[in-house]
Amino acid sequence: MSLMSEVGQKAFNLGVPIAVHLDVTYRCNERCVHCYLDHDDHGEMTTVEIKDVLDQLAEAGVFFLTFSGGEVFLRRDFFEIVEYARRLMFNVKIKTNAVMIDEEDARRIRELGVDTIQISVYSHRPEVHDAITKLPHSFERTIKAIRFLREQELRVTIANVLMTANSSDHAGVQQLAAELGVQYTLDPTITPMMDGDTSVLSLRIPGEELPEIFHNPALVGSQEEFCAPPKPPSEEDLEGYSCSAGHSFCYISPYGDVFPCVQFPLPTGNIRQQKFLDIWNLSPEMKEVRSIQAKDLTVCSSCSHVSSCTRCPGLAYMEGSMRGPSTADCEKSFYRTGVPTANMLQQGLSKPRTITGKSAPLIQIRPIQVLPITVPA
Amino acid sequence: MPEDCIYIARSSAIAARALAGEMMVMNSADSTFFTLNEVATTIFQAADGRTPLREIVRDRVCLQFDVDPEQAQADAEQFVTELSSHGILLVSNQPLASETTR
Repeated sequence: MSLMSEVGQKAFNLGVPIAVHLDVTYRCNERCVHCYLDHDDHGEMTTVEIKDVLDQLAEAGVFFLTFSGGEVFLRRDFFEIVEYARRLMFNVKIKTNAVMIDEEDARRIRELGVDTIQISVYSHRPEVHDAITKLPHSFERTIKAIRFLREQELRVTIANVLMTANSSDHAGVQQLAAELGVQYTLDPTITPMMDGDTSVLSLRIPGEELPEIFHNPALVGSQEEFCAPPKPPSEEDLEGYSCSAGHSFCYISPYGDVFPCVQFPLPTGNIRQQKFLDIWNLSPEMKEVRSIQAKDLTVCSSCSHVSSCTRCPGLAYMEGSMRGPSTADCEKSFYRTGVPTANMLQQGLSKPRTITGKSAPLIQIRPIQVLPITVPA
Repeated sequence: MPEDCIYIARSSAIAARALAGEMMVMNSADSTFFTLNEVATTIFQAADGRTPLREIVRDRVCLQFDVDPEQAQADAEQFVTELSSHGILLVSNQPLASETTR
């Protein structure tokens, strides 16, 4: 286990929120076809409120802080917020479309000691990227910004969300990332809209196309390992938890609402009305989320995939129950290994049915930790 | 460098947070990641750029931990040398401006 993993496990065991994703705005200068957000401003936190949140997060033990949106640079006070966060010694990551970043901004980002900038790039073909973002010349502006950031020797990751419009472009984007000297990751996205509207899910890649992705070593690493048939779950597996949501990670919206995860729209409290640590420690919803072990899952506890599935409790929640299956993850487990899931077998299916309704998406290949970790002797 | 004159300050390039008494430290420039034990954490937290290392060892480390003062000073100097080589701590024989809040 790497030192980073050990620390993550320690935070998980202690119930310390070591990582927080904070959206500072939902406003955006792009209108991506798959986006799940309402871009109107319904009362974002002010600069003062966000600084107070940051003070509370530092006090609570948060180390990894991701600023995202919306487009973060639409906030005129964004650099002030980042500067404040860095003074509090957070490890800061920024998610952005980068179209507003110029040379001077890139220099300032470096001076502030930002760890990583993750930038959405949908295709190596400008016309495809721009058609997804609905912002003319956005590809050109985004790539230009990446070059500015690289000139400052900043660490940049291209996040490549795959959907029907760009499903064949991942190799081109990977090559583009290599040319730019940046990391590449397939990003988990295409969730239902925040109001529950699932129409954007029609953009997801059909399940039948998943094997091509899951059997591509350039995307998943060792195919033998990634596509291995599931092992019978052990007692320890059944005592385990789905993910870090609510255990050592949470999400805060621009309006101060606290959720277990970006993809888990279960309100647990609002930071404008309660202290963050009170929500984290005392919210009945947060407590419920962190109480659920694999053995408590209604269908998945009897599934052969239970120890290796990427089951997302947030997506399961959006399907109706945080203890239920996440159909999209069932689909992935099946197309990854060829072995039907308990959820499928219960419905008498030998392969996933074509999904158009309540199911949530898609590809969630988690980026592999590739940063060098040095442990002093 | 004479040990009486060593001043240490945390670099502004780093991220750090205490987890159950141990400090996690990450340098964004090269993504090196460390965890510091309690003694090292005490020195790190006291690295305000104004307090000489010898004073930190005498007034913090030796008071909080059951250690031999000479051994503590030698260990502290080695620790400071190692962290400064990774850009985590700034070292000078003059007082330094502190770039971080905690």
